[in-house]
Amino acid sequence: MKIIVCIKQVPDTTEVRLNPETGTLIREGVPSIINPDDKCGLEAALVLKDKYDAQVTVLTMGPTQADFALKEALAMGADEAILMTDRAFAGADTWSTSLTLAKALEKMDFDLIIAGRQAIDGDTAQVGPELAEHLKIPHVSYVEALEKDENSLILKRRFEDGYHKVKVKTPCLITTLSEMNRPRYMKVGLIYDAHREKEIKKITFDDLDIRKEEIGLKGSPTKVKKSFTKGAKTAGKLYKDLDEKEAAKLIVEKLKEKFII
Amino acid sequence: MNYNLTEEQKLLKKLYKEFTVNEVEPIAGEIDEEERFPVETVEKMKNNGMLGIPFPKKYGGQGGDILAYIMLVEELSKACGTTGVVLSAHTSLCCGPIYEFGTEEQKQKYLEPLAKGEKLGAFGLTEANAGTDAAGQQTKAVLDGDHYILNGSKIFITNAANADVFIVLAMTDKSKGTRGISAFIVEKEYEGFTIGKKELKMGIKGSATCELIFENVKVPKENLIGKEGKGFSIAMKTLDGGRIGIAAQALGLAQGAIDETVKYVKERKQFGRSISKFQNTQFQLADMQTKVDAARLLVYRAAFNKDNRIPYSNEAAMAKLFASETAMEVTNKAVQLHGGYGYTREYPVERMMRDAKITEIYEGTSEVMKMVVSANML
Amino acid sequence: MMDKKDYRGVFVFVEQKNKEIENVSLELIGEGKKLAQELDQKVTAVVLGKGVKEIEKLGHYGADNIIYVENKDLDIYMTEPYTKALKEVIENKKPEIVLFGATAIGRDVAPRLAGRIHTGLTADCTKLEINEENSDLMMTRPAFGGNIMATIECPDHRPQMATVRPGVMQKEEKDTSRKVEIEKFDVRIEEKDKTYEILEVVEEKSNKIDIQEANILVSGGRGVGSPDNFKALEETAQILGGVVSSSRAAVDSDWMPKEVQVGQTGKTVRPDLYIACGISGAIQHLAGMEESEFIVAINKDETAPIFETSDVGIVGDLNKVVPALNEELKKLEKEKESL
Repeated sequence: MKIIVCIKQVPDTTEVRLNPETGTLIREGVPSIINPDDKCGLEAALVLKDKYDAQVTVLTMGPTQADFALKEALAMGADEAILMTDRAFAGADTWSTSLTLAKALEKMDFDLIIAGRQAIDGDTAQVGPELAEHLKIPHVSYVEALEKDENSLILKRRFEDGYHKVKVKTPCLITTLSEMNRPRYMKVGLIYDAHREKEIKKITFDDLDIRKEEIGLKGSPTKVKKSFTKGAKTAGKLYKDLDEKEAAKLIVEKLKEKFII
Repeated sequence: MNYNLTEEQKLLKKLYKEFTVNEVEPIAGEIDEEERFPVETVEKMKNNGMLGIPFPKKYGGQGGDILAYIMLVEELSKACGTTGVVLSAHTSLCCGPIYEFGTEEQKQKYLEPLAKGEKLGAFGLTEANAGTDAAGQQTKAVLDGDHYILNGSKIFITNAANADVFIVLAMTDKSKGTRGISAFIVEKEYEGFTIGKKELKMGIKGSATCELIFENVKVPKENLIGKEGKGFSIAMKTLDGGRIGIAAQALGLAQGAIDETVKYVKERKQFGRSISKFQNTQFQLADMQTKVDAARLLVYRAAFNKDNRIPYSNEAAMAKLFASETAMEVTNKAVQLHGGYGYTREYPVERMMRDAKITEIYEGTSEVMKMVVSANML
Repeated sequence: MMDKKDYRGVFVFVEQKNKEIENVSLELIGEGKKLAQELDQKVTAVVLGKGVKEIEKLGHYGADNIIYVENKDLDIYMTEPYTKALKEVIENKKPEIVLFGATAIGRDVAPRLAGRIHTGLTADCTKLEINEENSDLMMTRPAFGGNIMATIECPDHRPQMATVRPGVMQKEEKDTSRKVEIEKFDVRIEEKDKTYEILEVVEEKSNKIDIQEANILVSGGRGVGSPDNFKALEETAQILGGVVSSSRAAVDSDWMPKEVQVGQTGKTVRPDLYIACGISGAIQHLAGMEESEFIVAINKDETAPIFETSDVGIVGDLNKVVPALNEELKKLEKEKESL
């Protein structure tokens, strides 16, 4: 079974802080990680590798430093890693991103493509389904559990108030939730292999069958008009030296003022 | 001279940190409180290839180097001194001598399962009457046909209650003094070999520190490491390597204490403000971190030397001397900066201080380290 | 290349589960109505399903038109049949804007559809406005884990598509006197359109009140310290007639269930009162609750970011303050009863 896992290297947005004086983001020192939903997708693929001897290829579209994320994926157990990198890919919205990925993937042999549900920087959850559409293969998103059944997959597809048990034939694409599993640690030996034995394959614009205007910033139907930090909502009063009784009385008083009680 | 980590080392550190935060830190208090050996952690370390990092793949290791291994000791020790020493004793003191001085057969039979983590190792040199004066070995080994018969006892042996393979030093020829001491590989199943009482200690309480008792234990003669009479030299060289591990343990303890203290002083308020705003707090922390960074450079240099086949005995002694004294000083200050809370078991710094003390003593006391360094100068 | 002038109208994809219309769709009709009025256009609700109940409700909540694609294969959500049906409706009706709830369904069908009809889709919008200069839709949304806001436009493609989280937009006042015609629209769903098979549909109804519906939330974070300590917060919620919610930290520690998690990866709430107990106020959490009318925060750490957003900030130990608060509230209740 051939599985391709799409991952994204993202800044750990839980570590990002706002500079209270300037209102801008403090990006230095924020570690880069494999997007959590993608990492769970990779773990799902590695479980299939353990069980069914599947071949796992991990692929990312990003700047050259995204190779650190690929090495981490190899060190977790992926067999092969591919870096799609080119200035022509930059500035892409989800349409352009998914199209660029599709142009590379359409040349590859696969039974299953796994993508994480959403990235913690973009937060759109769109690339997976759009990618499946470009490749004209079925997709199932919000997958919480997966089993192989010959040439099909049996999936648990999460909704807000329950789930569907779904059977889908391969080739197909799924997007995975971080609730799905706990990704394994890297292995020391595999970290060494990733740096000494494995070559990361590179794909650039010239390898793809597409025109520059169709991808990247130019090909993106959506454009960012502006971006801004929310700026601190002006803080109300801070009460520091009250004991618990005084604090309780104060809260009750404030709630009364606001007609909440 | 490149002070930066390679990409490979960065990825290793990422693994070490994630593992420590998720597996080691949550149970560190419990390990200390219950004085129990972290069996589950060792099992997980085995699964991730962490018990044989610096040994070649053909002997079950990971094909890494000493620096990569001691970086792990350091990271583990930030959360738990016990876990750090379990790894260090196993890797440097047991796997180490088999790798450096053993025969091909011994490496295949013992190093492979040890490096794979299928077996745990320990090292028995210290005796009731032979501590710093290690040459005063009273444990005897007498050749009888195909076996050496081992009689005697060892004390204060790290990992003893959980180890499968022991490097044991014994006197084979008393008339030759230190040149009459030999090193043996002893398996825990050998008849007549028992593990004695477990010491109740001030710190690294989860580490099983016990007596080894040998009553007419038959050790196959193939288990002699090197030649008869080479044991003392093997032991001293083994300890040189072990000292880098202990230095890394001390380093980790110190850094862990600083990290905890930084968190605490930001939260704690007195006199209407966070105590991190007081200059005393700031200056203390600055001193502590500077010393720990200095210790780190010494430790990494010793590892670098060993990896590059540059003499490292002196550098290892300096690293252990400085790192252990720094750990003691830093953990003490960490408790002080925590105030009353630092003295309680609610916060980890009191455990870190108790754990730090032993690093000035075992695998060669600080006094012995000074003997090594001054001997190199005079 | 499409001619933008051919596209008119604001469409809202109406989500139904078990034949009942979801609340988020009513909120979107309210918002869609506002946008349509600014464009001097109409808002149309598009329902896919079989035997969907109370469709006229869509008119009561502001829809000018209702399009109903009734087909047994659209009863339970499946990606391809829904994508196909919506594509046909859009190609036929050429709306300028299409809105979806950012739900497990919306976030599945909208991107597949956007891919099929080659248009732009903007996710999780918190604000929608019409650009006065060119009448384009300006879609503002959080990014970077909620640390920044971005305003997105889709200048050259139609329809402009957006998903919006439940609880963000406002429903219109219900007006049962509004009667709107229901237009039936037929779509053929074939076997090959069923690209996967639903083997089982499992409902997991929780008895807890939906935190997005509550007017008062008493929320606990890492500072609460243990599941037991949440009891004091339950008491506060009970006295005030509210509900207990939590930050991600409490859910990750298994103290509270995921359904009550507020934040970037949890739910967005905008209650009248939000009491944050032992919550540091990381951006991801603020993203889920900062639109609350009145925020009271209790935290030991005076530098906690939550205090930058709260209306009233108490620096203290919540495990002491909350019980004291409960005492005061109970006293107040007694006083009221005796009056």
